[in-house]
Amino acid sequence: MTAGPPLLEVEGITKAYPGVVANAGVSFAIRHGAVHALLGENGAGKSTLVKIIYGLVRPDAGRMRLAGAPYAPASPAAARAAGVAMVFQHFSLFEALTVAENVALGMERPPPMRRLTARIRAVSGAYGLPLDPDRPVADLSAGERQRVEIVRCLLQEPRLLIMDEPTSVLTPQEVEILFGTLRRIAAEGTSILYISHKLEEIILLCESATILRGGKVVAGCDPRQRAARELAEMMVGRLIAPAARAAAPGGAPVLEVAGLSLPPAGPHGRALREVGLTVAAGEILGIGGVAGNGQDELLAALSGERRAAAAAVRLDGRPIGALGPAARRAAGLCAAPEERLGHAAAPDMTLTENALLTGAVRERLVRRGMIDWRAARAFAARVVAAFDVRTPGTEVPARALSGGNLQKFVIGREILQRPRALVVNQPTWGVDAAAAATIRQALIDLAAGGAAVVVISQDLDELLELAHRFAALNEGRLSAARPVEGLTLREIGLMLGGAHGMQAARPEAGRLAHDPA
Amino acid sequence: MIRLERRPAPSAFWTAGTPVLAVALTMVAGGVMFAMLGKDPVATIRTIFWDPLFSPQYAAFSRPQLLVKAGPLILIATGLALGFRAGIWNIGAEGQYIVGAICGAAVGLAFYPLGGWYIFPLMVLAGGLGGWAWAMIPALLKVRFGTSEILVSLMLVYVAEKIVAAMAVGRLRNPEASGFPGSRNLARYPAASNPELIPGTGLHWGVVAAFLAVAVIWLVLARHRLGFQARLAGLAPRAARFAGVSPGRLTLACMGLSGALAGLAGLFEVAGPAGQIRIDFGSGYGFTAIIVAFLGRLHPAGILLAGFLMALTYIGGEIAQFVIGLPAAAIQAFQGMLLFFLLGLDLAANYRLRLGRRAAA
Amino acid sequence: MSGLAGIDPIAVAAALIVASTPILLAAIGELVAERAGVLNLGVEGMMILGAVVGFAAAVATGDVWLGLLAAAAGGAALAALFALLVLGLLANQVATGLALTMFGLGLSALIGQGYIGVRPPPAGRLDLPGLTDLPVAGRLLFAHDVLVYAGLALVAGVWAFLRYTRAGLILRAVGESHDAAHALGFGVRRVRAAAVVFGGACAGLGGAHLSLVRVPQWTEGMTAGAGWIALALVVFASWRPWRVLLGAWLFGGIAVLQLNLQAAGVKIPVEYLAMSPYVVTIVVLVIISADRTRAALNAPAALGRPFHAAG
Repeated sequence: MTAGPPLLEVEGITKAYPGVVANAGVSFAIRHGAVHALLGENGAGKSTLVKIIYGLVRPDAGRMRLAGAPYAPASPAAARAAGVAMVFQHFSLFEALTVAENVALGMERPPPMRRLTARIRAVSGAYGLPLDPDRPVADLSAGERQRVEIVRCLLQEPRLLIMDEPTSVLTPQEVEILFGTLRRIAAEGTSILYISHKLEEIILLCESATILRGGKVVAGCDPRQRAARELAEMMVGRLIAPAARAAAPGGAPVLEVAGLSLPPAGPHGRALREVGLTVAAGEILGIGGVAGNGQDELLAALSGERRAAAAAVRLDGRPIGALGPAARRAAGLCAAPEERLGHAAAPDMTLTENALLTGAVRERLVRRGMIDWRAARAFAARVVAAFDVRTPGTEVPARALSGGNLQKFVIGREILQRPRALVVNQPTWGVDAAAAATIRQALIDLAAGGAAVVVISQDLDELLELAHRFAALNEGRLSAARPVEGLTLREIGLMLGGAHGMQAARPEAGRLAHDPA
Repeated sequence: MIRLERRPAPSAFWTAGTPVLAVALTMVAGGVMFAMLGKDPVATIRTIFWDPLFSPQYAAFSRPQLLVKAGPLILIATGLALGFRAGIWNIGAEGQYIVGAICGAAVGLAFYPLGGWYIFPLMVLAGGLGGWAWAMIPALLKVRFGTSEILVSLMLVYVAEKIVAAMAVGRLRNPEASGFPGSRNLARYPAASNPELIPGTGLHWGVVAAFLAVAVIWLVLARHRLGFQARLAGLAPRAARFAGVSPGRLTLACMGLSGALAGLAGLFEVAGPAGQIRIDFGSGYGFTAIIVAFLGRLHPAGILLAGFLMALTYIGGEIAQFVIGLPAAAIQAFQGMLLFFLLGLDLAANYRLRLGRRAAA
Repeated sequence: MSGLAGIDPIAVAAALIVASTPILLAAIGELVAERAGVLNLGVEGMMILGAVVGFAAAVATGDVWLGLLAAAAGGAALAALFALLVLGLLANQVATGLALTMFGLGLSALIGQGYIGVRPPPAGRLDLPGLTDLPVAGRLLFAHDVLVYAGLALVAGVWAFLRYTRAGLILRAVGESHDAAHALGFGVRRVRAAAVVFGGACAGLGGAHLSLVRVPQWTEGMTAGAGWIALALVVFASWRPWRVLLGAWLFGGIAVLQLNLQAAGVKIPVEYLAMSPYVVTIVVLVIISADRTRAALNAPAALGRPFHAAG
């Protein structure tokens, strides 16, 4: 890499929101053509910092220089004009519009549609990211959507490319291809700011790293010279013991699903096809898969939000597939969906009301149609106490809680109902490490107590830590479950259907991934 | 620069305070409007809000009118409030009110000239059922086909207006009225009339029903599962489905309830204060009740107060029309303004206004 | 005249085009607002305000053009109020739309008091020498007022705007996902406010067509639900401009047909004929919404959802 003045210098950036200081005096620099990591836990201030660099948020204090010149973008358009491009964690794409229209929206002065279409084909081909410009984005897989974002950025020939948690939606195979592309972009002189909390990726890809904790820079280093464990300690600030999993049990089947098929719920939904699974008492089944392959639909089909044939879902042998959510809870099947705010909990309702939301039946909080508010408050207080939910009380709205605390409340609310079977989707998504550890241990304890637990997650590490057996969801189909012991990452990748749509990618991508640039 | 900042929890002070502030601001803006019409703003406001209650000249007549006008408004608005909380927008209460009146009056007239204690209760039943059935049309279409209940219930207002006009000159026309449109006067048919229960108060069965509705809906919202489900569905529809609330059943329940209450309001009106089915029976209560529901913050106690306030603007508006020649339409515009101010100020309950940028922390 | 024999098909077709114009104008404006993600239920209020303001201005100045201009401005002003409440103060869209309608009805009655029974200046027909004199097509296509042609031009313009221009693309993007649009740096509120105000101006023009051309007279509540039918029309059209035109002709046809049947003395009570446009609206809405996936696919994804940029 060339020595000389860095491409981007960040000096003393500070940004406070009511109640939190997101960034406090953050400083670092990115060299030309470097892949620089921004490492930190959820809530460490990575997103705010990136939004400042991209002109979406203005800092309270501090300054930046781009290629030696003062840089203070007032808007994303100004950032793009200065040569800064960004690929978002939650895609900033428009489902109903075509690939080309989406690309055009991200450019300041897009060429006429026909020329743009040709350029998209050329650039996407050159970087091993094949795309059809005329397809609506709604039809694309998560990996393909990310390609749209990347191509949109590349067409602007940026000096700095920001990637915000780009691999959270990709299979291991797709990650390898992405890394190949990124190395190539960097080799052509574009610097990359790579945001992640996944240590292995950073060690593999990045040559320098800035580690954030609690809004402050705690270290800067060359990640290739450090062990993952060392980086983890710097990021978290303390050691967190991995959850202790009990040995695989040999109990009787509790939750059985067979031949479960459901049509998609909406125009952009996913169909479930012939899903079958069995979970025994004391067992944790992990279900992996790339986002959008039927996770939400599977949870809805198990929670009772969507009904199926009675025999498609059985609990302790009893057919419950045709029952609604309340009746399934009464039978002993509880669930916690992925989206905390608006699905698992009503953001504008108090914790007491949210406790009533799923606890009404099993905790007998409603009698003859009348609500027993005192009992509901007591139940909410029990959840708060048992799961160490940090809250001023049970009468605050759910949205006032941090992500980790609300998630502990949501999971705790189901566990304290002593379910026969519990289904959770993304139980630790966007949750701080301490809360995630609490939640994982609680799930393990629940299973150890004799319940059947299904954990749907996109975090493979989490599944390998928790589950006894592993199955993968791909395009609404569930693979056969395999014992986690002895499963390799490559096998998991194949189970996840990592090959889908990637055949056209460059053949040498896989080789590059193991070959530091 | 003004910025909006979401409050962690809604402010209790502003939740109660915004309707009061909205009324005050509407009086100011209304005063400007009255001044532009060439009226003395202070005198006009006093005529509308003070004279109906305290003027020695009008109070004797207008005080009982307060209950007469507030009764149907409160009855309809309490029903609407439950649905509005659930995000179910029945804005065709006016149509349900009219159909309830037609059904109730038809039952009463069918017995003419028989006497019997059972006639009025049957009319009440028919009125409620009529309103319920009319509201079931948009409800069932919504549940079965996903058709917008807003548009369908509103279209049915126009249909109901045409039906009542047809009835007034057709089937329900008074055969003894030598061809004039309009039905027999139910107020003069004792077995079917809804009389003033305590002379000089304006209290009739419809007002009693309104008070009952306030109490029952209050209980439902505070303690009953249906009230919780309605609030949940309105605040977080996905969470409601996850909790086991069936959107279809909730739609049917809320629409049916509000329709039945609107129908009852129509029946009590046609058998009492109005007395007969006329071509222009629809009086706009169904629409004004929407303002009442919002002004009362979709809470029964608030609706009770808001109903009286809105009744006051009707009565005061009539006096102002009569005494200082204020156009009737000015009151309608005044009521619309009130809703604007209320909706605009709603923000204060959930957001904090901040001036300027925050200093670095 | 008795029975259907007395109805002249060409006259009906020509009348249909005229009758469809008010709802066509209002609906194409609302379509733009909805494509930007805003559901403005106040079309009826904006229409009737346009009707009375346009009428008053035309009578005062003796110039129909100034009347139309005033009508558009009146509708736009009311729409701007809606934009302020909904986009600026984050008020509930449904309730604010209703408030707009109620306020518009009241205000228009107030303004219109002195104009009941007054005759407006005549609206000029846009006669095209030669073309207007053609046997059938002349009366059908080339003998209308300016607004009829303006309505057609507006449909074509909106279609081209949404399809081919960058501003149209941004407007669609804002209506599809305001969060993504905001992340890309587009001014969500500005785009939406512009779309809403445009919708208001169109609705005002539609109202003025009623009071200045079609009737031409001012009567209280003269829109009689046309604004609501325009809202239904946007759903019927699946948010596509040309289908709005088709739907407007359908509803215009029904309105004209029932008037002709009334005039022809058909043995159905007038009231039942008069309710037919509303009943047909319901039936059409049911047919359109019955195909749920298609209805959901075409609706702008962010329609009716409030937007508040955090941070």
